[in-house]
Amino acid sequence: MSALDSPLKPSPDATPHGEAAACSCGHRHGHAHLPPASDPLKTDALISARGLSMMRAGREVLSNVDLDVRPGEIVTLIGPNGAGKTTLVRLLLGIEQPTRGRIVKPVRTRIGYVPQRFDVDSTIPMTVASFLALGADASANDIKAALDEAGALRTLNQQLSKLSGGETQRVLIARALLRRPNLLILDEPASGVDFTGEADLYDLIDRLRDKHNLGVLLISHDLHVVMARSDRVICLNGHVCCSGKPEDVSQHAAYVRIFGPHAATALGVYRHHHDHQHDLTGETKPLVEAAAPGRGS
Amino acid sequence: MFEWPDPFVWRAFFAAVGLAVVAAPLGCIVVWRRMSYVGETLSQAGLLGVALGLAASVDLTLAVILAAIVAAAVLTLLQRQTVVPLDSALGLMHHATLALGIAAISLVKGPGIDLMSYLFGDVFAVTRADLIWVYAGGAVVLGIMLYLWKPLVRLSLHEELATAEGINPKLPRAAFDLLLAVVIAVAMKIVGVLLVMAFLVVPAVAARPLSTTPERMALLAAGMAILGVILGLWLSLSSDVPGGPSIVIALCTIAAISLLAGSRRGR
Repeated sequence: MSALDSPLKPSPDATPHGEAAACSCGHRHGHAHLPPASDPLKTDALISARGLSMMRAGREVLSNVDLDVRPGEIVTLIGPNGAGKTTLVRLLLGIEQPTRGRIVKPVRTRIGYVPQRFDVDSTIPMTVASFLALGADASANDIKAALDEAGALRTLNQQLSKLSGGETQRVLIARALLRRPNLLILDEPASGVDFTGEADLYDLIDRLRDKHNLGVLLISHDLHVVMARSDRVICLNGHVCCSGKPEDVSQHAAYVRIFGPHAATALGVYRHHHDHQHDLTGETKPLVEAAAPGRGS
Repeated sequence: MFEWPDPFVWRAFFAAVGLAVVAAPLGCIVVWRRMSYVGETLSQAGLLGVALGLAASVDLTLAVILAAIVAAAVLTLLQRQTVVPLDSALGLMHHATLALGIAAISLVKGPGIDLMSYLFGDVFAVTRADLIWVYAGGAVVLGIMLYLWKPLVRLSLHEELATAEGINPKLPRAAFDLLLAVVIAVAMKIVGVLLVMAFLVVPAVAARPLSTTPERMALLAAGMAILGVILGLWLSLSSDVPGGPSIVIALCTIAAISLLAGSRRGR
């Protein structure tokens, strides 16, 4: 079993607390980070990470992160800016190597990646069709089919640098689909997309997941729209603060502390009031105490 | 009344046309990756190569290639440091190499060494050996470019996506720097260190507004460069302006017309 199996299990470095909504965010439990007991090789995951840590310029931007994505599930990674979300993705993609920890990716795993920012330099002339053909083993029909599936067929002969944010994302999804992935990794797919476009985009991701039984890893800093569609949410802030089903995570003390009390109501689920605080020493997030919910019951 | 030009004019023509075709795809990559300042620095490091070549009496083209490669390696290291912004570092190195190069050539200057010809080139002094460099060297460069083209375009477009899709960014980049060094060294004879990058960059800039794909831009840049060479040589012969500057003037005029036409079409 992995740390993320249970609907609401804190990161593996946390020993069981006395309460259900145990959190491991921004405080020290006074015990060392233990290596997880689970064996990633025995899971059916498309990608597994165990104990990933990443040092950058003397600072640990990722600490002991575990992650699994299985076929047919949407896992959403949320966290504030600077939480290490994009770093984690770069490690999973093999763009960078972790300082510690390991990533297990079975041979059958084919990753389709949709990067966060895709500001095409206007000095590069590139039609959507030529972009999709570039470095892909795809016929003109494959390209049209992928573009159609991503809902952007009409952009086929347009210049890449002239597309809107939503169109660009769909073209990137089409490019990812051309690699016939079973795992789709999308970094902030809704950035630069308006609100309705955002909902449409998540609809599309949802449909693609159902149709191809894709595992989807979604990185986001916005909350409710993404979370409602996720099977699992992982709240990251340097380390895994909490993870579980969206409605559970949204009530989780760690989540609330990071995103503020209003975020918990975004899903429209009842949030019980925490009448106590955890004994935070605030090693990684001293500020979050100030944002801790201290009112309303 | 049309007269067949003298052999030196033909040599100038074939050398410049060969160079134009070879430089075009490299120029596109330089423009896409916004590294024309890098190219400037490499070409001015070539002056140091000339000085060292003269001092050690080795083949000047080889010496210039070597100097440009060393400069490329230094620049690669510069890109990794975070003490000085790359732009500042380039601004420093750019002028340092130029000044050092001129100083070094002045020091080793012997009979028959003309500094101006290194700064601005002398297209009409092209020899048969130079022509062999242009065509043999050019064929090798074009061959490697053909092989590296797609990875280079993908890396220029979005390095992270390309890397995630399995392209190792280091090899194409290092190979490209090497090719750039070779082209600069060969082109220096013809247009001089100060105008080498114009030969690469200006045709690419001129081709951009009229191109829809990277490949068309490279082909169009080559075509426009050939046109620029013809017009420039004609200008040079008819008005007694040096060949290198004439060609660059012609290229820039073509680029200006192309950019104007492009903006009219609302791009």
